[in-house]
Amino acid sequence: MQTPLGKIRGLGSAKEGVGHFWAQRVTAIALIPLLLYFLAGLISLRGADYGAFSDWIAAPLNAVALLALVIVGFYHMSLGLQVVIEDYIHNEGAKIVLLVLNKFWAAGAGLACVYAILKVGLFA
Amino acid sequence: MSKNDAPARARPLSPHLQIYRWPVTMLSSILHRGTGIALYSGTLFLTIWLLAAAVGPSFFDQVAAIYASPLGLVVTAGYSWALFYHLLNGVRHLNWDAGLGFEISQANASATLVLVGSFVLTGLLWAVVLFDLI
Repeated sequence: MQTPLGKIRGLGSAKEGVGHFWAQRVTAIALIPLLLYFLAGLISLRGADYGAFSDWIAAPLNAVALLALVIVGFYHMSLGLQVVIEDYIHNEGAKIVLLVLNKFWAAGAGLACVYAILKVGLFA
Repeated sequence: MSKNDAPARARPLSPHLQIYRWPVTMLSSILHRGTGIALYSGTLFLTIWLLAAAVGPSFFDQVAAIYASPLGLVVTAGYSWALFYHLLNGVRHLNWDAGLGFEISQANASATLVLVGSFVLTGLLWAVVLFDLI
């Protein structure tokens, strides 16, 4: 049972809560085809120059697949590292700092990748 | 004497990890977490690579050259192995989530399959890339 106050204080187990568990599984399933598509694309682009690369990203299916890979992948990895941090860091202050940094990296780097993909795909 | 009397002093511990045989399932679990952490760390280089493409062709070529250097290739190959391992073991986890494969013999067999498969796929990928097989 969780009270509103307990929820705000972050009490109770934060490990593998149902939402976290489900999101981790759904993103994992999505990442399988997305990753395979990206690998196939990379293989087809081996030895290519910048022009071929930007042409590849400009193709709508490739751009959307790469965007999805980045967004879903960064979300999946932030969920995973969250569990790792909660497992190994016991100092409460350090744990909270790392958990926040984890989210910041996933969101920030994810946003940077999305920006780069859009810029290259739409304007290069 | 209560538990909270004095700060705990580190006691000597007899070696165990270096002595007893590692169950393959234990190795698999550790590797899944380890590869996950490695993959997370590597997103720094993925982000740099994509941002370099956004900056322009000449900067992108410089970054790509670094990634294609001998050290860069070793790191990328290692990253691809971690990716394949985490992917295959992730499927193994999803199987468990569906309620399948829980017998000890099945868990052991799938752990070995994942480990071997990760190296096979890595080898295949780099054979294709380096020797233009496809």
